[in-house]
Amino acid sequence: MKTDFQTSPAPAFRLDLAGRYRKGTLWSTVFLAITLLSVFFLATLIWTIVNDSFGYVILVNETDPASLARDGKALEALDAAGLTAVLEENLPGRRLRSLSNEKPLAERSRDDLYSVVMDEVVNPEVKAAFDLSESVLAKETILQTLEEDYPEGDLIFRAWLNRGFLGAAQSSVAIAAGVRGAILGTLMTILVTIVIAFPIGIGAAIFLEEYAVDNRLNRFIRINIYNLAGVPSIIYGMLGLALFVRLAEPFTSGTLFGAVADPTTANGRTVLSAGLTLALLILPVIIINAQEALRAVPGMLRQSSLAVGATKWQTVWHHVLPASFDRILTGTVLAISRAIGETAPLVVVGASTFLSQDPTSVFSKFTTLPIQIYQWTARPQEEFRRIAAAAILVLLILMLSLNAIAIVLRNRIRTKKRLSR
Amino acid sequence: MQHGQYKEEMTGTLNLARRSRPWEQAIQAFLFFCAAVSILTTLGIVITLGTESWTFFNHVSPLEFFFTFEWQPTIEQFGIWPLFTATFMTSLAAMVIALPLGLGVAIYLSEYAPNAVRETLKPVLEVLAGIPTVVYGYFALTVVTPFLRNVFGQDRVDVYNTLSAGLVMGILILPLVSSMCEDALSSVPNSLREAAYAMGATKLELSLNIMVPSAFSGIAAAFILGLSRAVGETMIVALAAGAGPNLTLNPFKAAETMTGHIVRISGGDIGYDTIDYQSLFAIALVLFFVTLGLNVLSRRIIRKYGEVYE
Repeated sequence: MKTDFQTSPAPAFRLDLAGRYRKGTLWSTVFLAITLLSVFFLATLIWTIVNDSFGYVILVNETDPASLARDGKALEALDAAGLTAVLEENLPGRRLRSLSNEKPLAERSRDDLYSVVMDEVVNPEVKAAFDLSESVLAKETILQTLEEDYPEGDLIFRAWLNRGFLGAAQSSVAIAAGVRGAILGTLMTILVTIVIAFPIGIGAAIFLEEYAVDNRLNRFIRINIYNLAGVPSIIYGMLGLALFVRLAEPFTSGTLFGAVADPTTANGRTVLSAGLTLALLILPVIIINAQEALRAVPGMLRQSSLAVGATKWQTVWHHVLPASFDRILTGTVLAISRAIGETAPLVVVGASTFLSQDPTSVFSKFTTLPIQIYQWTARPQEEFRRIAAAAILVLLILMLSLNAIAIVLRNRIRTKKRLSR
Repeated sequence: MQHGQYKEEMTGTLNLARRSRPWEQAIQAFLFFCAAVSILTTLGIVITLGTESWTFFNHVSPLEFFFTFEWQPTIEQFGIWPLFTATFMTSLAAMVIALPLGLGVAIYLSEYAPNAVRETLKPVLEVLAGIPTVVYGYFALTVVTPFLRNVFGQDRVDVYNTLSAGLVMGILILPLVSSMCEDALSSVPNSLREAAYAMGATKLELSLNIMVPSAFSGIAAAFILGLSRAVGETMIVALAAGAGPNLTLNPFKAAETMTGHIVRISGGDIGYDTIDYQSLFAIALVLFFVTLGLNVLSRRIIRKYGEVYE
């Protein structure tokens, strides 16, 4: 028995160093490759969006702008009267009347008339849109397509993300569409969200960290907040739809305050409802982050404040909050950038599918950037994919600048804290 | 007299803690209200989902809802299984990507990576986690789907398919899984690591035979939380998985998930108090309980494994 054990060592004790090291090197390469793969994903994602936002397009005009020149002036140089004349000559009476019904031609500005002429008379149509890599690498093929299929078309290099795109309102034509309304909608919605969620979130965190005794109710509140943080965002959309859009309709539509010109068409699908829904959505995240920030404040600070006779609230307001504010701010900004990118709950709450007017108050109907991206991406035409990509760029830049502002603010607060010490 | 007054002030000072301070109390009440908003939110979710689902289940029996296999609101067929299988397919694909990759990234970052590399890679993962899901949806539809169609054949792979949505969802969830796995790995006590090295283990043997089993419960928790995210994820499936319930387990076919269905129907013009409207709340209720169950399970596992090393 004893000899048996000595002559046949268990396979687990086999040394085979070279083989084990080889296996080790192999797997460390695998782990590295996996990690680099995630970097690759991010790079591909960003490249795709940039690639799709720029490139050649083939445009075919219904009417050649050169043929619309009047009195020796090119179309672009015409004044309001000239443009009105162009419209009256080229459009059927029925279309003219419906345009006048929207707003009489005589009252329209020169730029407005020009865009009407471009949309209605010149009516450029995107026949083909190429991405950036195609435009750079395969220009010959593009030129060939142009000659063979669209001899009357123009080939122009278009940055889909341009100033016109940022400034233009929504349109059913991709080349004329813009994100002005969506940007305004996003900003207004987020403003409502911040105004509601920031104070309540920090208040809740202060209560849980500084005031709450360890009893069953407070333990339940804590667990509940963690559970809420894991609820899918679309459920919040359902809550917003039932609670803010339907139940609180007089309040969220503004009819309660008489803030709406025409109460018969007003409904609860407004900026206010959207903002409130997003506020509920990011509250748990804000609370959890703020709790962590408050927990990081040393207890000494509280004790010394209480020891010189400050009340609890004075301690919190004058010492604990200032000491943790940079962290609270960072956490809040993270939560807000999440809210900016949220789409699903707002679709459920009822973002408008087509919005020709900019939102003017919290009682306006709304659309936001992510929703615009969703709607454009869902359309099959190539050119809508292009403006979706451009809108994604706008969204990412917006989120990035928000984060940058937060970092600057945080550093400024930190320096101040250090100086006062 | 003067002496008495002084004494009274003294006792007053001594009783300072009992002096009523309306302002302080008002603030405390407000702070409590802030914390209570979270409870009200939960109540709101349960009540709204519950009441609408209640009216729905008065029309459609729960038996039909859970045990029939066709979802066609136009002919009043409400069997949740087609939506369920689609959710299952996308979540499965997502986890097949997210778990091995997330674990691999976590092992690399916690065991192999030099500090400088870790410092640069972690922000990359955070950025990946911070990108809005609608952007991932765009990515799935414009990059991953054409890629799959080129690889597997145009006629075998639909323009909308659950595989593409699921794979991209895996990329979305990867950072969550990897950061939770990394936390789990780094909370394994150093003594275990030192003991393994002292026994002559290689780095790989340490990682796979000691660290991963020791952190297993944390990794399981990460997996379950990731799964919960996948089940509740909406925009990627709404854009890439398809618009129309379809009972299939073929990942190349279009099929609508629970979340995708809610978004598509509520995004259109839908009348309140119709059976369609109420059916959405019934789906949402199922979704709520599934994700809640997964989250609670995940946290329970974490709490348990926290006790092992304390």
